[in-house]
Amino acid sequence: MHRFANPARFLRLAKVILPWSNAIAVLCLGSGLYFALFGSPADYQQGESVRIMYVHVPSAWMGMFCYTAMAVFSAMALIWKHPLADLLAKATAPVGAAFTFLCLLTGSLWGKPMWGTWWAWDARLTSMLILLFLYLGYMALVNAFDDPERGHKAAAILALVGAVNVPVIKWSVDWWNTLHQPASVVKMGGPAIDSSMLVPLLLMAVGFKAYWISILILRGRAEIAGQKIRVIRMAQIHAASQGE
Amino acid sequence: MESFQAMLHMGGYGGYVWSAYGVGIAVLALVLVLSLTSARKAEAELDVLQQARRARRGKDLGGTDSESQE
Repeated sequence: MHRFANPARFLRLAKVILPWSNAIAVLCLGSGLYFALFGSPADYQQGESVRIMYVHVPSAWMGMFCYTAMAVFSAMALIWKHPLADLLAKATAPVGAAFTFLCLLTGSLWGKPMWGTWWAWDARLTSMLILLFLYLGYMALVNAFDDPERGHKAAAILALVGAVNVPVIKWSVDWWNTLHQPASVVKMGGPAIDSSMLVPLLLMAVGFKAYWISILILRGRAEIAGQKIRVIRMAQIHAASQGE
Repeated sequence: MESFQAMLHMGGYGGYVWSAYGVGIAVLALVLVLSLTSARKAEAELDVLQQARRARRGKDLGGTDSESQE
């Protein structure tokens, strides 16, 4: 695993992957949007409002997926001192926060016409809001120290402690009474949803994953360059103080 | 034109559906633009620093650029 810890190797790998992740994101999101908006039927109960599902559900999956990825990267950073793991966790956080925000917002826009309310303090919605706060807390903490090492360590611990929220979100609809409907795609016995709706849902989900990989590469590159800049600046300060 | 109107209307849910998609695209585009500019900015700054360092090293060593394999 430490073979991939080398920034030079990451940068080389990133260069190969980036055009592919970009292409997959554009193709999947383009076709996904077409099927979501025009190529899929309206729901017999919810009418055209069901189209919000194709943004809402993949965003919710991404919110949980990115948090899980962030927790795994953080664990790798804490246990094996993997130097890239911190950077990847830090790079994932804004993507996860964006999708969690989108999930909450689109859920609100779907809840108003269907449930008659923008918001309800029930288990699924509240645990998702906590996820957003965990992301925001992580992002604030990771940048709160002058020494980036300390910021990474503190934020990694927060990410791991907060990971308990992910299974709570997943099973909140089974554990508590809630307005939110239970799972219909990721469940025992296969998805209970027609393929005309499953296709755009999966296209959007794959497109969002590819988008995450592209952003991870871009932000990873920025972080690696930032680290090198810090090293050079430190050396300059050191040289200047010795030159006096 | 009829169908365009119908598409905007979305069976009465147009406002909800189009705001969901609009904000979705806006947020993802924003994250993409911020990530792209931060990567470009950091890499450009690093380039300048590395070139300056290389030039200095080159001068110190009498013109032989031993750092070029970096």
